Amino acid sequence: MPELSAKQTEPLLEVKHLKKYFPVKKGFLQRVVGHVKAVDDVSFTIHKGETFGLVGESGSGKSTTARLILRGYGVTSGSLRFTRPDGSVVDIAQLNKGELKALRRDVQMIFQDPFSSLNPRMTVLQIVGEPLTVHNIADGSELVDRVAQLLRDVGLRPEIMNRYPHAFSGGQRQRISIARALALNPSFIAADEAVSALDVSVAAQNLNLLKDLQDEHNLTYLFITHDLSTVQHISDRLAVMYVGQLVEIADTETLFNNPLHPYTEALLSAVPRPDPDFALKKKRIVLKGDVADPSNPPSGCYFHPRCNYATDECKAKTPEFREVGEGHWVRCHHAETLELAGVE
Amino acid sequence: MSDTHNQQAINEPLLEVNNLKTYFSVREGTVRSVDGVSFSIAKGQTTAVVGESGCGKSITARSIMQLVPKPGKIVDGSVLFHRYHDSKPTEVLNLSKAPSDGELMREVRGNDIAMIFQEPMTSFSPVHSISNQMYETLRNHRRVSKREALELSIDVLKRVNMPKPEQIALSYPHQLSGGMRQRAMIAMALSCEPSLLIADEPTTALDVTTEAQILDLLRDLRDRLGMAMMFITHNLGVVAEIAEFVQVMYLGKVVESAPVRDIFYNAKHPYTKSLLLSVPKLNERVDRLATIEGSVPDPFSIPTGCPFHTRCPEAIPGVCDVEIPETFEIDAQHTVTCHLYEGETRA
Amino acid sequence: MATKPLPIKEKEKESQLYQASQWQLIWWRFRKHRVAAVSGVIIIFLYVIAAFVEVIAPYDPSAFSPLYAYVPPQQVRVIDSEGNFRAPFVYGLARSRDPETARITYEPDTSNIMPLKFLVRGDEYKFWGLFKGDWHLFGIDAGPRDRVFIWGADRLGRDLFSRLVYATRVSLSIGLLGVIFSFVFGIIIGGISGYYGGWIDNVIQRLIDFIRSIPTIPLWMGLAAALPVEWPPTRVYFLITLILSIIGWTGLARVVRGRFLALREEDFVTAARFVGAGEGRIIFRHMLPSFSSHIIAALTLAIPDMILAETSLSFLGLGLRSPVNSWGVLLQEAQNLSSVALAPWLLIPGVAVVVTILAFNFLGDGLRDAADPYGD
Repeated sequence: MPELSAKQTEPLLEVKHLKKYFPVKKGFLQRVVGHVKAVDDVSFTIHKGETFGLVGESGSGKSTTARLILRGYGVTSGSLRFTRPDGSVVDIAQLNKGELKALRRDVQMIFQDPFSSLNPRMTVLQIVGEPLTVHNIADGSELVDRVAQLLRDVGLRPEIMNRYPHAFSGGQRQRISIARALALNPSFIAADEAVSALDVSVAAQNLNLLKDLQDEHNLTYLFITHDLSTVQHISDRLAVMYVGQLVEIADTETLFNNPLHPYTEALLSAVPRPDPDFALKKKRIVLKGDVADPSNPPSGCYFHPRCNYATDECKAKTPEFREVGEGHWVRCHHAETLELAGVE
Repeated sequence: MSDTHNQQAINEPLLEVNNLKTYFSVREGTVRSVDGVSFSIAKGQTTAVVGESGCGKSITARSIMQLVPKPGKIVDGSVLFHRYHDSKPTEVLNLSKAPSDGELMREVRGNDIAMIFQEPMTSFSPVHSISNQMYETLRNHRRVSKREALELSIDVLKRVNMPKPEQIALSYPHQLSGGMRQRAMIAMALSCEPSLLIADEPTTALDVTTEAQILDLLRDLRDRLGMAMMFITHNLGVVAEIAEFVQVMYLGKVVESAPVRDIFYNAKHPYTKSLLLSVPKLNERVDRLATIEGSVPDPFSIPTGCPFHTRCPEAIPGVCDVEIPETFEIDAQHTVTCHLYEGETRA
Repeated sequence: MATKPLPIKEKEKESQLYQASQWQLIWWRFRKHRVAAVSGVIIIFLYVIAAFVEVIAPYDPSAFSPLYAYVPPQQVRVIDSEGNFRAPFVYGLARSRDPETARITYEPDTSNIMPLKFLVRGDEYKFWGLFKGDWHLFGIDAGPRDRVFIWGADRLGRDLFSRLVYATRVSLSIGLLGVIFSFVFGIIIGGISGYYGGWIDNVIQRLIDFIRSIPTIPLWMGLAAALPVEWPPTRVYFLITLILSIIGWTGLARVVRGRFLALREEDFVTAARFVGAGEGRIIFRHMLPSFSSHIIAALTLAIPDMILAETSLSFLGLGLRSPVNSWGVLLQEAQNLSSVALAPWLLIPGVAVVVTILAFNFLGDGLRDAADPYGD
């Protein structure tokens, strides 16, 4: 197990038993008939200065988790303990309006879609400057100066600040989004599929940028994605989610080489590799069935209908999320006995 | 395996695209989406067309099917399709010259060449059941009653390994998950047993485990039915998994064309090389990802000479920015459009 | 052949495009829509007329004279009976009674040449009820008994052209005012409905459903009939406008609510929330500007509905009444068969209605297409 440096052991965000259930309403009177358990008892800790990857497919709850951290909506239950730069610890889930606004200076987000995350009717100056305006930090010429610096930080020329978003490509718009996220000097940024909508080479540029910014500005990242290849290059630790639950957490190298959950194994196997000889030889694990429905998940272990190693116990009892190795957590009855393939 | 296919390419060509040019005239100028593309696909062969957004791969596919949206128009080149009956060649159709709404194209579409798209939700009519939509396709090409169409749809759904095919046939698209919709679309595309399937980014919108299932299915179908495939994607991993041949496109031109192993292990064009380097690899963790310098030029200000020269790490000043490169043969099946290979035989 | 790099001028044009705000883009798109642009000009023209009715109309619309009952439209000529060119003029009228039908007929009296003059002094008026004046755009400079009826006269000998011009102001302004009332009401209610969602939205939408399900004409008739007969015309005018807005606001509320609901989920709205923007800023700075172009298009399309509604009501005798002139009031006088057969020029106000409604519809269509973000 690699030694975690002292810097990385300080917790910045502690997520404990986070739950978010969305009611399903039917009928004229909108009666609640069930719940979509978008986030179902999720706990993890992100350390200061690290990049924590959150991986999952559609319906896994990864995006919802990120939005809960940003308090895009209220939590159903659970706590989100965040350490502010001054050392105080607050529970994001319990903040009132005023405290929440103050929190926004420390916690920010970058969105997936470069086309809908920038207001098409505002100039780049207005978009990137909005955080500063809203918090009354700068205006007038000082605002222009600060926005110019932010644009330079993300590799864009300051002269573009009078343009509107439609003038830019996807990759450039994402950079503008990044500049906006940096404006308030946050300590924590959630990147929700921040490069998924970009071409490969453009995504690579933006990923390098994010890494550089992390060093320059002492940032901690929560990197949400469905793409295992990209997350590997930027994350220190990884968590895998399936239908609202965490199924595995480990540091990146361990997760890739020694996964302990069958779903992780299947995910790793499913990623197409740019290597034709390997593609011919590899032992393909093709799951049967589709991703489970979060409004009606299977009994016991949610993954059991698709799992090649499922037993009766898996159908009957939901496994606990437990620590099996140092810093390595799994939700599987058979974690100790299964021999799963990683990437080689 | 590639040698047998090589023979096939010469003996049994299925689709020949020659110097195809599709231009869009808009207010700001002319966009040369497809600018002189040539390749051929043999019977039963899978060719991947790979490139980043804006390279023209989708428009190439639509040009073959004569489904180019206005104001686009095929301005030059030809698309020849070879029909076979019992493995014997019967006729050669010139698709690019046929009127887009004419009888020939309507006959070819669905029957000889089928196409599947990226977003299965928007490709299906939301108000018709799956079997109803297949009935539409089927009755365009053969005489079937609605009842026969239902049976045929169930059959075809079984062929794509759809669970509970009888139920699915009567369902509506919104009742199916993304992966199942894509399967249904593939089923619909295969219902008339076309000899060529054009797949335009069919797995891009799917989860990775579903993508693996669909790729598996396509490989299986290809082997069982002997169907040729033109697979359009920007994902090099998918190319490695499914393609036998690869055409790499950049700004409307094919810059390199080779069997799949040659592309990955013996790439010649600087763009192909840079592209391969910038793909994050699952088993090699690096600190900094390699990138391609700069960004794709604006379609209205395409650079002079070789369109890639502004970003090329191996560009020769005075040559690459002035003259358009010609296509050279590295070996029998591997061609490159690049000044660096002037010494080789012209293709 | 190698493409030359773009000349500098083109680069400027590009830069203009990049710096163009949403409004500029919409304007450029709108200009390309020929029919809508022409309709826009027509409507501006009509509203200019509506602003200057007192000057444009040659006569007081209420001035009547039995001598001129049902005078047909008089032709403006430039060649006289001897074939000479003259400045534009009109022949005087010779009245006579047809021996068989006992109807009055009017023949042009070629001996009485009345030249048309521009900017003449004529009947006195109060411009917008405020300023006294007596200048008219055109008229005839002849004896006090001579009149020019460009579009004929009605049953009481009143000049139709003058009445039509005055009616323009009333009809067009009711359209505008009614839509403004609807707009204010609709945007507030629709905004609340869409912004908050949930049960508030549900209740409001069901209320809107109920209001819309009431048949409009009987509702208006009922409300209009409830207005006391002795009320002064201006008060009646405002009340009628209000009555028409009662149904009108529901359509607008729906549009506004729909846009709010869609915008609530947009990433840039979420992003604004996440940087700490308050609800007020989000509504006014992010959401409203996003659909203001759609609102303008919806408004433009709502005006002809309002005009048609008023015209219908007045035509049925339940809206405005003489001495207030509106197109509907004018058309009411063309209701009986004998008028239509004997004096078909009394239907000209119908043409005015058609032209105006078409113009507004084309304009609204053009605006809506230009404002559509998916149109590009």
